[in-house]
Amino acid sequence: MPVKEKIIEKIFFLIALSSITILALITFFIFEEGLPLILKIGPKAFLLGERWIPSKGSFGIFPMIASSFWVTFGALLLGIPLGLACTIFLAELIPPSIGILLRPAIQLLAAIPSVIYGFWGLIVLVPLIQNYLGGPGLSILAGSLVLSFMILPTIITISEDSLKSLPPSYKAGALALGATHWQTIWRVLIPAARSGIVASIILGMGRAIGETMAMIMILGNAVKMPTSFLDSARTLTTNIGIEMGYASGDHRQALFATGIVLFFIIMGLNTLAIFLSRRSVH
Amino acid sequence: MIINRSRYMTQSIAKFLIWMGALSTIAVMILILFQILKEGLPVLHLRFFLDSPKNMGREGGIFSTLIGTMALTGVAIFFGAPLGVGTAVFLREFTRESKISRVIRFGTDCLAGVPSIIFGLFGFVFFVIQLNMGWSILSGGLTLAAMILPTVISTSEESIRAIPPSYREVSYSLGGTKWQTITRVVLPSALPGIFTGILLSIGRSIGETAAVILTAGSSLVMPTSLFSPIRTMSVHFYILAREGISMEMAYGTGAALILLVLMINMMAQWLINRYIRHRT
Repeated sequence: MPVKEKIIEKIFFLIALSSITILALITFFIFEEGLPLILKIGPKAFLLGERWIPSKGSFGIFPMIASSFWVTFGALLLGIPLGLACTIFLAELIPPSIGILLRPAIQLLAAIPSVIYGFWGLIVLVPLIQNYLGGPGLSILAGSLVLSFMILPTIITISEDSLKSLPPSYKAGALALGATHWQTIWRVLIPAARSGIVASIILGMGRAIGETMAMIMILGNAVKMPTSFLDSARTLTTNIGIEMGYASGDHRQALFATGIVLFFIIMGLNTLAIFLSRRSVH
Repeated sequence: MIINRSRYMTQSIAKFLIWMGALSTIAVMILILFQILKEGLPVLHLRFFLDSPKNMGREGGIFSTLIGTMALTGVAIFFGAPLGVGTAVFLREFTRESKISRVIRFGTDCLAGVPSIIFGLFGFVFFVIQLNMGWSILSGGLTLAAMILPTVISTSEESIRAIPPSYREVSYSLGGTKWQTITRVVLPSALPGIFTGILLSIGRSIGETAAVILTAGSSLVMPTSLFSPIRTMSVHFYILAREGISMEMAYGTGAALILLVLMINMMAQWLINRYIRHRT
């Protein structure tokens, strides 16, 4: 009997290694495909080069790195206040009648496929921007607006968890000292849940940087340094998504190399978020 | 008194802004659904679901993409669910907080944050090229299995954790082995939670586009085996909309996609409310 039990334990152990194995495989294959090109043209020319002309062998992705950050920054500008408002609303203010509406609405926001968001941005936001603000309409602004809603579920669920895991004595103590409900929320509860909230924002940021399909549909995909929110742009993810279908040789390696940069950014953000949320638990 | 009044004033303003934020989120949500369903629902006849796309998708329906979606999701769950549930069982039943469990959790958390396009790149080199499976249901399904793993792990772990320790103690005290305890006590009690995680994963698989287009292709031909390339509903919707092939068909496919995801999500929520919140 004990032998059988030992074997079963080993099998479960091997299964449990699957996620870390997949992560290792992903890392290995992305690097194996992309690294040779980075070494060939030099990391500096690749990261800081401003020209992306695959047919002529120029692979500079700086405009895409910049665009990724512009789009993400724009998304956070609207996503953080909205996310915090919804979190506070859900955790502290919620009247049951609205709660019945808001909670499923947020779960739905998480469930809607990104192509649907992209399509909605394309048929609703893009024409609006084109008509009222000018420019091509397919723009960083449109992308940021759509992304800010796509990252809401991430921000809200994680920061709500960290608000709810605070000891009730925090709130009771603040109220007993004569603070208003709002002062309690803003000066006591939010600062106490700070690391969880920051972690949620960082994960939202990762989600924004990683989004592909919706961005292909609404950013306009022009390779150039962004100068305003009304410019069209191409991010790291959309660069891969658009060209992967037909790329080969150096060009394909350059797309994998773009993936490496994306992977580094995401892993950095993930690690930071995991570190912060661990801290909030203890 | 003045100070007092001003802090209540601040409170009123702040609460007003928060109400505005929460209500506008609901409003945008409704707007997105409304706009696509308004144009899309009239397209949804039975024929739309049962006819295959003709003429690049300008005419006909979405039958082959529906089959493609189901096949791909099936493969993803077939591989992803056992691995995910197994990992959760290992983390909860076989090990306490240790170095190895921390490493596994870290890997899972990281995997959850990896963008789908990276999964797509990985699936493309590993399954499509290295393992020579080509653009196929199998390549796409395995890529999706890797993608849904973190969801399955975390929901299963959550529901295993919610099982009262007394359940296990009773099993052991009756002379049950670890294996018997897991298969007859732990897993059955955790089933609703595990099923919820699988439903959420199905929803995610159905909606995924970036990883699928790179690993399963976008062929409109009806699949004949696991090695056939396919086009899922999401990919079909994306191609129709982006290449402007047919707005009518795009709206129809979009509406079908939303209804499908809505249904699955509502089932998952119902399970969560019925079994999990109830118990804890």
